[in-house]
Amino acid sequence: MTEIAVDRSFFNRRLHSFLGIFPIGLFILEHFFTNSFAVHGATVYNSKIEFFKELPYLLAIETIFIFLPLLFHGIYGLYIVYTGEPNNLQYGYYRNWMYLIQRVTGVILLFFIGWHVYVTRISALLYGTEVSYQYMAKMFTNPVVFWWMVIGVVSAAFHFANGIWSFCIVWGITVGPKAQKRMGWITLGLFVVLAFVGIRALLAFHI
Amino acid sequence: MAETVRLRIKRQLSPDSSPFWEEFEVPMIHGMNVIACLVEIQKNPVTKDGKKTTPVAWECSCLEEVCGACTMIINGRVRQACSALVKDLEQPIVLEPMTKFPVVRDLVVDRQKMFDNLIKVKAWVPIDGTHHMGPGPKIPEPERAIHYELSKCMTCGCCLEVCPQFNEKSDFMGAQIISQVRLFNFHPTGASLKEDRLHALMGKGGVHECGNAQNCVEVCPKEIPLTHSIGEVGRQVTLQALKDWFMK
Ligand code: HEM
Ligand code: SF4
Ligand code: SF4
Ligand code: FES
Repeated sequence: MTEIAVDRSFFNRRLHSFLGIFPIGLFILEHFFTNSFAVHGATVYNSKIEFFKELPYLLAIETIFIFLPLLFHGIYGLYIVYTGEPNNLQYGYYRNWMYLIQRVTGVILLFFIGWHVYVTRISALLYGTEVSYQYMAKMFTNPVVFWWMVIGVVSAAFHFANGIWSFCIVWGITVGPKAQKRMGWITLGLFVVLAFVGIRALLAFHI
Repeated sequence: MAETVRLRIKRQLSPDSSPFWEEFEVPMIHGMNVIACLVEIQKNPVTKDGKKTTPVAWECSCLEEVCGACTMIINGRVRQACSALVKDLEQPIVLEPMTKFPVVRDLVVDRQKMFDNLIKVKAWVPIDGTHHMGPGPKIPEPERAIHYELSKCMTCGCCLEVCPQFNEKSDFMGAQIISQVRLFNFHPTGASLKEDRLHALMGKGGVHECGNAQNCVEVCPKEIPLTHSIGEVGRQVTLQALKDWFMK
């Protein structure tokens, strides 16, 4: 029997898929949840993020579990976007639109997360910016920033929810069309819930 | 003048020459399909404006949508010309060659890639030998019914034409090949080559390059459950990868 070499692209593609959920997806869930403390006002929010700022090995945890996986997923994701040729105008099927939106939100997220990490994390490391409820609220008084946040949050909610749907096919969890359709409804529901939670947290800064 | 059919055809005289459009008007025949229109043009290769031209080249064989040879883009949608009836089509009927395969001439394209891929993944049941092997194992009826659906693939390439991941920038082999791997891995004797097939689909252009746009299943004329095959082969590849990782 001849052995056909397993290509690097297989490993890279499956790694990209895996990282989308573990850890990036789980982090997104935690991040949406933690920031929802803002709903209870400035004092509660500031005391909660104080907890995160004081985590031991914070920089190592952030680098290994968030920064590097995101960097790989984002860069390889761009390459995946490049290898596709969308044809939605000719073949306007529902799932084909989801395919396109998955890519568009991915590219939006690359810019959004880059900016978001800069203003909330890198600037704190470089210039000692005090990130707090007040800092965010002040930024959000600029409507451009606020709407950019809304776009980022909705994109992340969609990309993660729809990503779970395709993840389940890629790994062979939802094999048949009925299972895939059911998962389609479940992930659509997750998108709506996540978008709601995210926007509500944003509004809590915007008084 | 009797009722006529108007056609707009994208033509290309050789693999490297540039394409151009020509319009034709042919007499309407009761019950005619797109192939019959092309036969009329062949009989009288004159454009709508009365200019003499070369006959339009096309391929067909079975004329009953089982060979796939006549696949082309008709009014913007990829399908078989033999089963495209003029009475169901908006006019002028726009005919174009498929875009994901090299054009040979006019509406004729070269689908060799698909056949090469079938060889690459060993899409056959190995029974060659010097001795008589006896009857093959029995396949339970519910499984046979699924095999039959998968075996209807006529290598027409519709699923590849509409796949956003099947193009020159990617090596992706497309849904047709994934579905054939599912078919032959299913077969009790064919399964002896299962690992080879899965490794081929973990190689360049394998199943991982699918982006789950699911256009393939929408257009497959034989209604093959392609997305089911992609899910099933995805699962087989996952298990194979675990086996390779932990058991070798
Ligand atoms: C940083 C910018 C990002 C880019 C450029 C990007 C790009 C992509 C692309 C192109 C896909 C489709 C892959 C395919 O269908 O084959 C994808 C899938 C996915 N992404 Fe992202 N993404 C980014 C950020 C994120 C974030 C922040 C999350 C987590 C919330 C995430 C989670 C996922 C998941 C779960 C999948 C599905 C994996 C699969 O289908 O196998 N991505 N991403
Ligand atoms: S699901 Fe989409 S990307 Fe995958 S083979 Fe079908 S059309 Fe291509
Ligand atoms: S799977 Fe369907 S669309 Fe694809 S080549 Fe076979 S018959 Fe044609
Ligand atoms: S001639 Fe065989 S499918 Fe049309």
